[in-house]
Order: sequence, then structure tokens, then C-alpha cells
Amino acid sequence: MVPITTLHYLVVAAALFVLGTIGVLTRRNVVIVLMSIELILNAVNLNLVAFSRMWGNLHGQIFAIFIVVDAAAEAAVGLGILIAFFRNKETIKVDEIDLLKW
Amino acid sequence: MNPALNVGSAPVGTPYFFYGLAAAAVISGLLVITRRNAVHSALSLIVTLLSVAGLYLMLYAPFVAGVQIIVYAGGIMVLFLFVIMLVNIDRASKERQFNRIWPVGLLASCALLALFLGAFSKGRALLPERATQLPEGINTQQVAALLYGEAGRMGQYTFAFEIASLLLLVAILGAVIMTKKKI
Repeated sequence: MVPITTLHYLVVAAALFVLGTIGVLTRRNVVIVLMSIELILNAVNLNLVAFSRMWGNLHGQIFAIFIVVDAAAEAAVGLGILIAFFRNKETIKVDEIDLLKW
Repeated sequence: MNPALNVGSAPVGTPYFFYGLAAAAVISGLLVITRRNAVHSALSLIVTLLSVAGLYLMLYAPFVAGVQIIVYAGGIMVLFLFVIMLVNIDRASKERQFNRIWPVGLLASCALLALFLGAFSKGRALLPERATQLPEGINTQQVAALLYGEAGRMGQYTFAFEIASLLLLVAILGAVIMTKKKI
């Protein structure tokens, strides 16, 4: 069998990234859009760790740890916004969150 | 002699582990974006996160795999599930799941995928051969040396680490203030 190279991991990361992008662009449920964003961040992390293994140093892994920290902060704030909005308008559909439309 | 420093043994069954974990990650990623029930999506995302943690282990990054499982699957996804329970409207899972312009989104994402695959096929000669294998027995110590510094000196990423803790403080304050009923 072909030995598993860095390119294999990059392809998996690209697939996860595209799936996350499809989720962000097509779903109406806000929580699922936020979860698709987490998919995108995971794809980026996989990319970084794969390159860290390729180059033989740890900078990619450190960057991946910081991205996990950042994803936690962003998920907390995003879900806080969702809850605050849900208290007002009682909907979680992206189409119906249109108070700023002209 | 610390057995964790034994770097002589070769890994076994690598393609099977890789293809299995990669298939699990991609299939559960697909389930995340297509499920009607938000709880099903969250559980599929947990499976994705665990598969990616397994891939990190294959890439000799045990500390990042541990962080992924504890923080991402154990913290962030639990937060997601709490919020799904809080904003759960039954009628939301009975309405249309995808918005009206979903073909445009799908087309744009396919264009992005084509771009990625084109970049990979053009640039695959640029990827160098794998560097010397990092000993995973001391991976955590090496990550700690970069983050916290060693022997009295600041590490290369100590400043970034402090900024990250500031970021978490700001996120906590923001989340608490936004969800208060009266500020």
C-alpha cells in the first residue's frame, strides 16, 4: 500500500473544511452553522499538526493549541449572542434574524 | 530507563488506522451538516472531534490530542448541547432545513474543493520528505518548554499564552454580560 504521507492528511483536512463551508452556507439553524464553523477550525488544526510533523518541530502544534483556545472563546461568545437573541425573538433560523435589513 | 523514550519501534497497521479514522471523520462531518435534529449534529461533531484526535495521535502529537479531547469534545461540545437544550424548539426541526439558495452554496464549496485539489496536485512535489520523527514520549515537556519557558528564560510563545488567557477572560465577561437579563 502507498505509505501515508502529509498529503493524505491535507486531503482529509480539505474535505472537513469544505464540509464545514457547506454547513455554514446552506443550513438555516444557527446552532448548526456554529458547529460547522467548529468543523472548519478542526480542519485547520489538522493541517497545522500535519505540517508540524512534516517539518519536525512543534510550532504547528502550539498554533493548534491556540486555535483550540480561540475556538472555545468564540463558541462561548457566539452561543451567548444566540441566547440573548433567542430571548427577544424566539427563533433560531438564520433567515428570520433580519432586524437590520433595509 | 524510561520506556516512554523508546523511539525505536515502528508503527504497525498505519494505513488501516489512517483510512478508518479519516473515513470516520469525514462521514460524521457529513452527518453534522445534514441532520435535521440539532442534537444528532452535536453528537456527530463529537465523533468527528474524537476521530481528529486519533489522527493527531498518528501524527505524534499526543498533547494536542489530549487538549482536543478534554477541551473541544469535553468542554465546547457540552456547551453546545446545553445551548441546544435551552433554545430547543420542536417546530424548528419540522421546517425546512436548508435555505433557499443552497445550490449556490454547494456550487461555491465545490469550487473551493476543486481549488484545494488543484493546489495539492500542483504542489505535491514541493512537500519535502518527512523530517526526523519527534519522540512522542517527551512531547508534553517540549510543548511546555515552548509555552512556559525553561531554565529561567521565557519561552517562545509565553507572551502569546498570556494573551490567550486574556482572550478567555474577555470571552467569559462577554458571555456573562450578554446573557444577563438586566445589565
